[in-house]
Amino acid sequence: MLEKIESLHAEQAKAVAGGGEKYVARHRDRGKLTARERIDLLVDEGSAFLELMPLAGWGSDFKVGASLVTGIGVVEGVECLIVANDPTVKGGALNPWSLKKSFRAAEIAEKNNLPSINLTESGGADLPTQKEIFIPGGRGFRDLTRSSARKLPTISVVFGNSTAGGAYVPGMSDYVIMVKEQAKVFLAGPPLVKMATGEESDDETLGGAEMHSRVSGLSDFLAVDERDAIRLARRTVARLNWRKAGGQRTVPDYNEPDLDPDDLLDLIPTDLKEPFDPREAILRIVDGTGPGNEVPFDEFKPLYGSALCVGWARLHGHQIGILANARGVLMSEEAQKAAQFIQLANQKDTPLLFLHNTTGYMVGAEYEQGGIIKHGAMMINAVSNSKVPHLTVIMGASYGAGNYGMNGRAYDPRFLFTWPSAKSSVMGPAQLAGVLEIVARQSAESKGEVFDADGFKGIKEMVEAQIEEQSLPYVLSGMVYDDGVIDPRDTRTVLGICLSVIDNQPIEGAMNFGVFRL
Amino acid sequence: MTTINRVLVANRGEIARRVFATCRRLGIETVAVHSDADAALPFVAEADVAVRLPGSTPAETYLRGDLVIEAARRAGADAVHPGYGFLSENAEFARAVADAGLTWIGPSPDSIERMGSKIESKKLMEAAGVPVLGNLTADTATEADLPLLVKASAGGGGRGMRIVTRLEDLADEVAKASAEAESAFGDGTVFVEPYVEKGRHVEVQVVGDGTDVVVFGTRDCSLQRRHQKVVEEAPAPGLSDATREAIHEAARAAAASVGYVGAGTVEFLYDPAKESFYFLEMNTRLQVEHPVTELIHGVDLVALQIAVAEGRGVDASVGRVAAEERGGVSRPTGHAIEVRLYAEDPSSDYAPQTGRLLELDLDHDLEFGTAFEGVRSCIRLDSGFETGNEVGTFYDAMLAKVIAYAPTREQAARALARTLEKARIHGLVTNRDQLVASLRHPQFLEADLATSFYDDHPGTRERAAADELLPFAGAVALAEHRRLGAPVQRQIPAGFRNVVAQPQSTRFAVDGEETDVRWYGGREGYSLAEDATVAVVSASPLEVVVDVAGVTRRYRTRVVDRAVLVDGPQGGATLHVVPRFVDPADQVAEGSLLAPMPGSVIAVHATVGEEVAEGRPILVMEAMKMQHTVAAPYAGTVTEIAASAGDQVEAGSVLAVVTPTVGTTDTDNEAGEDA
Repeated sequence: MLEKIESLHAEQAKAVAGGGEKYVARHRDRGKLTARERIDLLVDEGSAFLELMPLAGWGSDFKVGASLVTGIGVVEGVECLIVANDPTVKGGALNPWSLKKSFRAAEIAEKNNLPSINLTESGGADLPTQKEIFIPGGRGFRDLTRSSARKLPTISVVFGNSTAGGAYVPGMSDYVIMVKEQAKVFLAGPPLVKMATGEESDDETLGGAEMHSRVSGLSDFLAVDERDAIRLARRTVARLNWRKAGGQRTVPDYNEPDLDPDDLLDLIPTDLKEPFDPREAILRIVDGTGPGNEVPFDEFKPLYGSALCVGWARLHGHQIGILANARGVLMSEEAQKAAQFIQLANQKDTPLLFLHNTTGYMVGAEYEQGGIIKHGAMMINAVSNSKVPHLTVIMGASYGAGNYGMNGRAYDPRFLFTWPSAKSSVMGPAQLAGVLEIVARQSAESKGEVFDADGFKGIKEMVEAQIEEQSLPYVLSGMVYDDGVIDPRDTRTVLGICLSVIDNQPIEGAMNFGVFRL
Repeated sequence: MTTINRVLVANRGEIARRVFATCRRLGIETVAVHSDADAALPFVAEADVAVRLPGSTPAETYLRGDLVIEAARRAGADAVHPGYGFLSENAEFARAVADAGLTWIGPSPDSIERMGSKIESKKLMEAAGVPVLGNLTADTATEADLPLLVKASAGGGGRGMRIVTRLEDLADEVAKASAEAESAFGDGTVFVEPYVEKGRHVEVQVVGDGTDVVVFGTRDCSLQRRHQKVVEEAPAPGLSDATREAIHEAARAAAASVGYVGAGTVEFLYDPAKESFYFLEMNTRLQVEHPVTELIHGVDLVALQIAVAEGRGVDASVGRVAAEERGGVSRPTGHAIEVRLYAEDPSSDYAPQTGRLLELDLDHDLEFGTAFEGVRSCIRLDSGFETGNEVGTFYDAMLAKVIAYAPTREQAARALARTLEKARIHGLVTNRDQLVASLRHPQFLEADLATSFYDDHPGTRERAAADELLPFAGAVALAEHRRLGAPVQRQIPAGFRNVVAQPQSTRFAVDGEETDVRWYGGREGYSLAEDATVAVVSASPLEVVVDVAGVTRRYRTRVVDRAVLVDGPQGGATLHVVPRFVDPADQVAEGSLLAPMPGSVIAVHATVGEEVAEGRPILVMEAMKMQHTVAAPYAGTVTEIAASAGDQVEAGSVLAVVTPTVGTTDTDNEAGEDA
């Protein structure tokens, strides 16, 4: 696992490196701060910053990180969703992955009821990919104004270029701060204006910070420099009169986990075919034994459907319900147990944590006849219609419909993180390759041909390798199918931040679900 | 014989507290008088009743004898203790107190007057057979008096002064000096006196009751800076029995010659080379350094002052002074050393410091010695200030006296040095480092004392090298303080980053210099970006334990206002948090001249629009009785004068703005080249 974590750090370092040394140096030479420096100054001194989707764009033609840095930080005591362009990557130009990442960021702000702060400096769309950006891209501006309408303030700090479509980022924001002699906000620059109307103009006249602060009124504050702009953004947040809608709950005192979180590194078998006891993971993540928390993990229905372990625990004093795969496969009992447990959590407005290590729902005549489909459907129904916040951590395998039932990405968990040991695909690579072989054999035989088993071996190996590769966490993270790959030892802290963030929205569990086929 | 029931102390700070402490022990009620500036000091709160003296300058308040007597009347006091300084040696005031029907806790106005006059007191002493300096002539000087100093009566600043080492040269030198003085000052009168090359200040504590004078031994107060005592001890070390007896007797004779009643101190210049001493003056009051005498003699000198003022005899009043010491000499036990902790910066010419005393606390665990040794060991703190008090510009900059008492001089010096080193003193620069360096100086430890000590050892003025981990410990304590005070995510480790891009940065100003601490937080706890061998074992806002290569160091920390106070095993530091952001509106204009300290502007020497040369005085400020000239840092034009004579200004406030003349600064040169 340590090797995998080192590799994770190496991938993260690519995102941190932005456009590379040369471009970062050039940016600094202009007296500018990098995106991460801007964020570090923006958030409260010594507070945490939970970076989200750092590996977006991994495996694509674009730089890891997709020219955006986003995450949740605490500004003047308020949890805010922060999005910063990385101007060292192609001038901060947005590519399809940037778009996907920014949409997910906006979704996180919406679902968790967070104010958002844009630290803008972008040359706009990456033009070669405009066809993938132009049409869906409009959603960004829609999200901004809908956020505002939902009483979620939006703040835009313009550090540099924010032109053409980009001009609508400040345009749609509630509060706008522009940096003197740096911000450039216009629909069309001097060349395009010249082309369109023949008018001679310059950048400052068309969209300088002074002009927007004194003439157009698009800018609310004229910052003398980048630091001053960040100061003004912080003052703006300080005056939002922000109250966490979920209540500024006083969480009870708690103890650190009973077992050492460092052991999480040794817990996950390299070969995911070997099951591991999720309780070993749970006890290293949740609050330890202490007053008011005499049993760190109270298991529910322990004797029934034992391949899925469910129960109650606390994390940083917040009560949560946990569903964790104990032996990979999900059968009818497990599915029914999960459906009941999810309803119980909804009845008492308790957030749920899903810990994945599943190979999917059981197959076979006995199980089909036993109603595995309708029982699996019950679980998916419960997960889909549950209204308490869901957090998902993919620890190991997450194959097939098990990914769905365990609240995979398609089921809109508030946050979904993966461990470097995780693997996700429609089924295991070996199984998938095996299935392909069987289908090919049947196809050959139906045509009366002789199946060339040796010849197919190469294809099978190739497919297996391809699926294996596609199921790795960086691939899924690169496609923005998770909110980030995390060091397992950070799980408790990351979930702790998420639980605090969740409190910005009141929790109202569902009592209405779809029809349960009994 | 009278009985005193309610004492007014016509003084402030530590001496007022000192007198109140004895009064409380004796069951006497206490009355404080205080200026407006002192209203929040502990001595006011500790008195049973307090009377305000409107205003803040000494002339408006503590020097106003009429107001003090009026205060005594209003508060129903029946006695007045003057402390030291202010009105303590003012015979007129002593008389007025008596005339008002109050008991004066001090010597008679007549004694004060006679001893107050340097000329008369010297004559008195000569008559009483006490050796006096400066009464030689070319004829009376002997070989034993060598070396000699010939100095002009009207002279000053060393002019006309000659040192004579051979008797045969004396007549010639006197003639030359006289001629020189005649031409320089128009007055050829010269004195001849023994030249004390390496003099010590030795003084003797006496208490007279009208019948007897009891001698409470010697004190050495040689370590002085600018004639201000800094380190004092009792008994004076290194005196032969014969010298000690002679100096005791001289002091007793001096006091007896005026029928002295009360506590007093006879000061001598002692020449260790010749083992001779000369009367300097007699102080007719309780001295600042009285605690060292109290500790080695086990006597409460304030209680004695009160007893004598009530008309009781010294021997009847103090059990410690046994009958055989009646009219004699009290025998000391052990050794005591006192240091005066001043709010001043020795490294910048002893500039007085003002501001809030963020912390003042000592470890008193040295009492531990009590159980083991025949002689009690202790650390005594006589302080006028407590944590949180404001130290202003109106009075003396002494914060406290710290006194160590131990069986031997070496033990007292070592214990006192370590106590000072570990003392938690924050908010103001003090002379602590200089005190520690003095107490550990080989010359001091060898009792090779001289009033020239600080001139001989300018190195003691330097600030001691600070523990390099203090800022890191401070940054960690501050991060913990902020984390626990945060409205959200208190449970999350400070500085947590799931993707680490750069270290956290905490900026402090320490003694005016800014330093940046770069650290990482998160799962593994705190670490120092620059040094991986430094690990934090545990952290809280109040204590940070750091491990450096297997050695743990414990830092006491406290976050106060915008500062972090850190104290480690090798001293501490006050870390002022440099704010991350400054509102441009609050930024001072380039070329602004700022007040170097709080004080008042006494003169403005420039006008707006005036061209000024570099170094040209713009304003003069006065603070702590010292004048500071604020001069143009470069040639330019005065574009703003923000203060006028008489204004009280805060440290750092803008006094004037000087815009540099084009072509005189680097940027302008560059611009010129471009053009």
